[in-house]
Amino acid sequence: MADAPTKIELEVVTPAKLLLSVVADMVVVPGAEGDFGVLPGHAPMISTVRAGTVNVYEDDKIVASLFVEGGFAEVTAGRCTVLAENAQMVTDIDHASAEKRLAAARTAQSADTDHVDGLDSAEVRAAEAMAAAASSHK
Amino acid sequence: MANLKDLRIRITSVKSTQKITSAMKMVAASKLRRAQGAAEEGRPYAERMERMLGELMGSLTTLDGAPKLLAGTGSEETHLVVPITADRGLCGGFNGSIIREARRQVRDLQGQGKKVKLLCVGRKGRDGLNRNFPDLIIETLEGLIKSGVEYPVASGVAQNIVARFDAGEFDVCSIIYNRFVSAISQEVTGQQIIPFPIPEIADDAPEKDTDGASYLMEPSEEEILAELLPRNLSVQMFRALLESNASEHGARMSAMDNATRNAGDMLDDLTMTYNRTRQAVITSELIEIISGAEAL
Repeated sequence: MADAPTKIELEVVTPAKLLLSVVADMVVVPGAEGDFGVLPGHAPMISTVRAGTVNVYEDDKIVASLFVEGGFAEVTAGRCTVLAENAQMVTDIDHASAEKRLAAARTAQSADTDHVDGLDSAEVRAAEAMAAAASSHK
Repeated sequence: MANLKDLRIRITSVKSTQKITSAMKMVAASKLRRAQGAAEEGRPYAERMERMLGELMGSLTTLDGAPKLLAGTGSEETHLVVPITADRGLCGGFNGSIIREARRQVRDLQGQGKKVKLLCVGRKGRDGLNRNFPDLIIETLEGLIKSGVEYPVASGVAQNIVARFDAGEFDVCSIIYNRFVSAISQEVTGQQIIPFPIPEIADDAPEKDTDGASYLMEPSEEEILAELLPRNLSVQMFRALLESNASEHGARMSAMDNATRNAGDMLDDLTMTYNRTRQAVITSELIEIISGAEAL
């Protein structure tokens, strides 16, 4: 095996454009079955991603965080690619519109008669994650 | 010989037409630049999606139990053809060549005894195909592209198609669109999207950084595939719409450029005739006056 890489290349891509391409020490990705950290030399993996925040670490400090929604992450020893349907820098999220979306999602959910109590719809969960991401930088 | 007034009217009308075509050309050129930019920005996502799919397929040993979007329904009875055209005309052979290709494919498939359905994206496609196959068109989607191609729109089209597929309305789906080659040339491209053809991984692909190790899948291969395939369809649709949009503006630009030039040629001719006629009228008036004076 070649020398283990000491850094990890992160790319966050949306259908519209390549949102972010940086080199980092560690990346934390919100996987469908729980957050996972990616360090250099990670075993190759493909995972689905739930709505949440991707954190980019440089020396134990978060240097960037992005909100991602719906997509996949592909991890290899030196590379981490996140394909997201919708992604934006956390600092770019408009707090008011995130709250509005959450409220709309909640209303839609309570109007849905098939809805099982205690089980949030995907839209509510995504909106919650977005609102949480928006308030985290406030 | 045409009289002076008629000529003057024609000259004015050709002039105003020329103004319109040259304005349309300008607008198309600026839209083309934007559309081209959008098409380029969308490329990384599609490429990475393809790479991921390729790797997933590579680890897939058998198609048994694979999602239907990949494995097919097992029959090839009914085909859905999706021609992607523009909503508006005045763009040279852009819409015409798509319609011609769609017609050819439909005839081909019908010749093989298959059932064919059409889902038209863009109003011009519907207009063109309605004449030949009014019964085959199941739906027309128009007004999709306003200021630019947006991903949710493409995704909506893809979901529409997947819903029809799940309902068993067809077995095979292919799209026909204009691939953008350069501002003055487009290439009619047919592409099968359901079942998705397994991408061949190029031998010289540079992504051998996994050292041949196979990927861990989380949650599971099937679940990832089940999510990835519809999304891949959206991406393919998005890409086709982007390409088609860029091609449309390119085609319109060159068509309008031609029209502007033709109008210029026509103006030259008309002006020449106008001046000749004017001179002839003056000459004949002079002759009349002189011969009138002589007769006295």
